[in-house]
Amino acid sequence: MSVIYILISISIVVAACFLIAFIRAVKSGQFDDDYTPSVRMLFEDELVKTKNKPKQK
Amino acid sequence: MEVQNCYHCGGPIVKKEEIVFDELSFCCTGCQTVYEIFSANDLTSYYEMGDAPGARVSVDVNRYNFLDQPHLVEKLISFDEGGTQITNLYIPHIHCSSCIWILENLNKLLPGVQRSQVNFHEKKVRIVFISETSSLKDIVLLLAKIGYEPYLSLEDYDQVQQKIDRSLIYRIGVAFFCFGNVMLLSFPEYFEVDEFWIQQYKGFFRWLIFGISLPAFLYSGWGYYEAAWKSIKAGILSIEIPIALGIIVMFLRSSYDIIFDHSQGFFDSMCSLIFFMLLGKLFQQKTYNFLSFERDYKSYFPMAVTKLVQGAEQAVAIYDIKIGDRLLIRNQELIPVDGILMSPQASIDYAFVSGEAEPIVKTSGDKIFAGGKQLGSGVEMEVLHEVSQSYLTSLWSHAVFQKEEDLAYRTLTDKISHYFTPGLLALAVLSFIGWFFVDVTTAFNVFTAILIVACPCALALTAPFTLGNVLRYFGSSKLYLKDAQVIEKMAQIDTVVFDKTGTLTTNSKAEIYYEGAVLEVAFKEAVKSVVRNSNHPLNRRLYSFFEQEKTTAVAHFEEVTGKGISGEVNGLHIALGSASFLQLETDQMLSETVVHLAINGVYQGKFVFDNPYRAGMETLLSRLHSHCELVVLSGDNAGEEAFLKRILPEGTTLVFNQKPDQKLNYIKNLQQEGKYVMMVGDGLNDAGALAQSNVGISISENVNVFSPACDGILDAQQFQLLDTYLKLSKKAVKTIKWSFGLSLLYNAVGLTFAVCGLLSPLVAAIIMPLSTITIVSFVSLQTAIGAKRAKI
Repeated sequence: MSVIYILISISIVVAACFLIAFIRAVKSGQFDDDYTPSVRMLFEDELVKTKNKPKQK
Repeated sequence: MEVQNCYHCGGPIVKKEEIVFDELSFCCTGCQTVYEIFSANDLTSYYEMGDAPGARVSVDVNRYNFLDQPHLVEKLISFDEGGTQITNLYIPHIHCSSCIWILENLNKLLPGVQRSQVNFHEKKVRIVFISETSSLKDIVLLLAKIGYEPYLSLEDYDQVQQKIDRSLIYRIGVAFFCFGNVMLLSFPEYFEVDEFWIQQYKGFFRWLIFGISLPAFLYSGWGYYEAAWKSIKAGILSIEIPIALGIIVMFLRSSYDIIFDHSQGFFDSMCSLIFFMLLGKLFQQKTYNFLSFERDYKSYFPMAVTKLVQGAEQAVAIYDIKIGDRLLIRNQELIPVDGILMSPQASIDYAFVSGEAEPIVKTSGDKIFAGGKQLGSGVEMEVLHEVSQSYLTSLWSHAVFQKEEDLAYRTLTDKISHYFTPGLLALAVLSFIGWFFVDVTTAFNVFTAILIVACPCALALTAPFTLGNVLRYFGSSKLYLKDAQVIEKMAQIDTVVFDKTGTLTTNSKAEIYYEGAVLEVAFKEAVKSVVRNSNHPLNRRLYSFFEQEKTTAVAHFEEVTGKGISGEVNGLHIALGSASFLQLETDQMLSETVVHLAINGVYQGKFVFDNPYRAGMETLLSRLHSHCELVVLSGDNAGEEAFLKRILPEGTTLVFNQKPDQKLNYIKNLQQEGKYVMMVGDGLNDAGALAQSNVGISISENVNVFSPACDGILDAQQFQLLDTYLKLSKKAVKTIKWSFGLSLLYNAVGLTFAVCGLLSPLVAAIIMPLSTITIVSFVSLQTAIGAKRAKI
């Protein structure tokens, strides 16, 4: 049954790793701006080379 | 016919000015140029993301000449090493995803730019560039050229790099980690069956719980101990005292329980308590990053201005301006200091200062004051005062701006805790004494249990959640408050003071139209010349109504205050004024503002002024009048007194000719009479009054750019909702009081357990989160209903 010592220790270590990851993420400023990245990910990586002119409104 | 809109900026196109390029229509060459720049660089996707996202551009290249000076550029650079520089620029125009896209593709337009990143909420772009290839000036000019003009002000000059405080998030993270793990490890013992398994591992579990809850106790909860200690030293019974006391007692009692092998202790409740309270704090901390509530004149003033040294232009920092210097003020530039106009004529827009939209014409030798904006061609001026000693800026040396945030203000929670804390301590001591005669150990248990269970977790959470919620509702209907405390203050308001120009009236030009016989050019010129001599606001507006006409000398000018003016121009006798002034028998409509005109004694017609007052003002004021005292403080003369008296509710106090410091003192006097004052203003001249009042609300046509220091910024379009906001604040405070009652009820239940000596860790672990959750849902529901009823 003493396996419980190992298992609980492991689980705590894993949780602590997540905590550290979270703190580092906050520190790097990832959560300071919660809007722009959501827009940025939708942009095309490359510029559209073909000049297909949009129709006039 | 359908009105065509510009492909770039979306503005309407005047047909004869339309420019067709690439089969697309533009309203001006500026817009077309921007399109050309984009299309030459394959950046036309800009237009596909949003409808006409651009801004009309009008760049005066010379405006940025000061960026040639290294010591000024330095102030805008936040990082500089090995030729790589980083700058953060504030760009008010950022408003859509196209903006983000184009700004993050700046490197396609300018070779020196390496990377640019937009922070949408703060409307800032961070640009990394190589200073050898492109200078900061190149970048700023490019941005200005494509319609994203950065806003550079004196504030940037003084700016110290601000550190972002993220400690609350760290604390919450740690508390959550502790809370989760402790909860998990506590579970086995909740189902305390005297099993061999639990008996064997009890010690391990308990000491592990103890170890894990240490960071929550020592780090996450630290703010509460500090705050409690501060309020003890200040002699205030704040809510933090019972909270800190609860946490500390919980920790000590639990440690004692573990050491002497009594039970597993209350560590799980302690961690959850700390976690939930920190969460409440975060919730209340809704901030509007893109707004600044601490602005002083520095954010309006430019960083540098052009000085003329023996005819040569030279950019100097504002602080280096000396008395006697000659300055060149270009079109749209702000006058940074008081001075004397040297050029023949200037037309100065004091909208920032007074809210008056019409520019004022000054001639050579006139004194011009800091804060005005020159419209038209550049003018020269000689400096009379240095920046900090100017008429307007000297206001900021007033004591109101020096004092720290209202420390003396006691929140509702503090007031309740004033009774709660002593009551709680008395109850704990009494029960201790009572049990002492029965059993000493139980007496200690009961004493600690009372302090634990009564820890006003729910009490401390109601205010943050209610106010945080209301703050969000206000924000979504465009009233942006500095912090949650303002809502509590708003609920107590009994006097509302309005500024007139720019607050009750709109900033946009009010329409004037003429009814009557056709006026010849000579007549128009004569009228304009006469009107020019008068300082009456209506006449001033009438003066700008005649844009093209010339003016000539006026003889026998006479002004009858509040009635009208007369004068002779080239043999024409002009009389302008009210119906009674011209001895007319007309049935004047009450709500209409008119100036009648008679030439050589013959009635010609009337100038009708569209009401410049904001839509809904009359209804708003009459609604406010039912529960508040109203005051209108105006910097203008008493010209419109009669009209205002007619449209404002009876009993409104009208005060005219108020200088900025007089406005401030007026508010101070009201406060000394025991009034709780809300000031609603807009211009810089209200800044003192806004700071002095209990709640200062600044009305702004464009919330992104201009507003003086205040407690809240209100979008001008929502002006008529002011009363609703006040009512909702009152409602919020009522909700807080209700839920205080609710949480006291929970406390009573918990305390019964505690006083009877029955509080087990399990009971505590159930009662505490349960009370928290019900209270939070109660207040959220209440505020949601309140906001829905108020239709905001």
